[in-house]
Amino acid sequence: MTSTSNAERADAGGDTPVADNLGAVLATGEPPTPPSAWSASVTFAWRAMLKIKHVPEQLFDVTAFPVIMTLMFTYLFGGALAGSPEEYLQYLLPGVLVMSVAMITMYTGVGLNADIQKGVFDRFRTLPIWRPSALVGAVIGDVCRYSLASVVIILLGLALGYRPGGGVLGVLAGVGLLLVFSFAFSWIWTLLGLLLRSERSVMGVSAMVLFPLSFLSNVFVDPRTMPSWLQGFVDVNPIAHLVAAVRGALSGEWDASATLWMFVSAGIILAIFGPLTMRMYNRK
Amino acid sequence: MTASSAPAIETSGLVKVFGATRAVDGIDLTVPEAAVYGILGPNGAGKTTFVRMLATLLRPDGGHGTVFGRDIVGEAALVRKQVSLTGQYASIDEDLTGTENLVLLGRLLGHGKSAAQRRAGELLDAFGLAAAADRQVKHYSGGMRRRIDIAASIISTPRLLFLDEPTTGLDPRSRNQVWDIVRVIVAQGTTVLLTTQYLDEADHLAGRIAVIDHGTVIAEGTPGELKASVGAGSVRVRLRSGEQRVQAERVLAAELGTEVQFDADPVALTARIAGGESGRGAAEHASRALARLAQDGITVDDFSLGQPSLDEVFLALTDRKGNRA
Repeated sequence: MTSTSNAERADAGGDTPVADNLGAVLATGEPPTPPSAWSASVTFAWRAMLKIKHVPEQLFDVTAFPVIMTLMFTYLFGGALAGSPEEYLQYLLPGVLVMSVAMITMYTGVGLNADIQKGVFDRFRTLPIWRPSALVGAVIGDVCRYSLASVVIILLGLALGYRPGGGVLGVLAGVGLLLVFSFAFSWIWTLLGLLLRSERSVMGVSAMVLFPLSFLSNVFVDPRTMPSWLQGFVDVNPIAHLVAAVRGALSGEWDASATLWMFVSAGIILAIFGPLTMRMYNRK
Repeated sequence: MTASSAPAIETSGLVKVFGATRAVDGIDLTVPEAAVYGILGPNGAGKTTFVRMLATLLRPDGGHGTVFGRDIVGEAALVRKQVSLTGQYASIDEDLTGTENLVLLGRLLGHGKSAAQRRAGELLDAFGLAAAADRQVKHYSGGMRRRIDIAASIISTPRLLFLDEPTTGLDPRSRNQVWDIVRVIVAQGTTVLLTTQYLDEADHLAGRIAVIDHGTVIAEGTPGELKASVGAGSVRVRLRSGEQRVQAERVLAAELGTEVQFDADPVALTARIAGGESGRGAAEHASRALARLAQDGITVDDFSLGQPSLDEVFLALTDRKGNRA
């Protein structure tokens, strides 16, 4: 890099010859201690943030999608089910918040499926780090996306006339419960992302699971109006527990049993799908 | 079994099966430390599968292997501390910039934030990528991608570096840059396991070569030994006058007992030398043949002795194997 022509080429294409003093930049001595499991996971979450920075279009699903869901269901069912959209919104908003975020969790699987096909995962898996950290970090990054979706829905709800009885603390607690559950729930899709061959099949299978789970619940209507066999399903549907818990937190009327069941189901989902995901990941 | 006295790589009977295909079918190999070891073979020979097992990315279905004395299955975490992998397909995040990639990997290797940033800057400078540091890697040229990929592998100097077909698809200038980089890295004491389907690449870089086909090692040795084992060399003669070419052909054919070809150059001809046991035998044959030309009054302006190319070695070895099968 002594001549001006090289410097010019560097400006033009960034493709300059390799410096002669390459030997000097080779690190000597002991490499640093590998990072802890937590700090490696956070570093991978940072990678997810960088990807959003470079490809901001991927925020479409956490901004436009929740807006459409909220508007659509409020005005579609509001008049029929509660007399007016404003009144229905008081019941619907916590439900549509949960439903939207639950739907968005499937993009975790889709994104992972695309990501893991790339060669960079070979490098990640040869690093001396806690192996699950690449996936844990990706899911933490997605939890940030879920928070953004939650903020969008709650702001829109407030603008449309939703008034949470639980106040600021209730809203924060409700969103917190939702994020905890979504973190656990995402591992179903990470497993699918590793099991299935293409992004399309991940989408298809996730939609098949998510639609019944979110519609056959207390998201839109009180389950007491349903036939008893369907009530039986709603009683064991983890999404229904989550909706009841979030609805309670937002309204300021805590539903302790639903909250407990939500934590139990989140724990069970994580305990089953976390290890299964890692098994698949290690085998890839 | 201390880690320091063990060879860089030792495998015995390593097997990997994918469905009905035995991708790696019993490889025994010992790779000494601090040199370039070449794995040479055509597409689908099992080179990448072999490397992926050693890099702890795939679990062997049979046999075992060690890296600096550490078992690649039982002590995978210890193996990972000593190796870096530059895969056949860019092992770098194409959505991120050059700097972001190196900082990310620096952090994952345990560097602090500022140390990782400093290290990224040093490497980008040294690899001639400073001007492209803030561009996404997907906009890099093929040669630049390879360089950032290798730079990512030496953020911390590994004891063993896997380079899986590092120059496939590169133009000659970029290929030479990669070769220069590999030489510098090895000069600092790192062992490099290089897979390639380019015979001249193995010839230029590797101290020892294993030739792999259908998942097994079909030959192993220094480039010179491999050539000598095939035994063929050639002598190329340039005559003063093209009129003596037919006469020279007869003399050489009689003396060497092999086929003689006229070159495109009207005063030149090339004769193969039949299989001697070593390179010196070939030289003796050639000098005797040259003496005969002089006795017969044929004036030789120039001559050169050609070793068999690795291409010939490879074709000879795979043919032999093909005939046996």
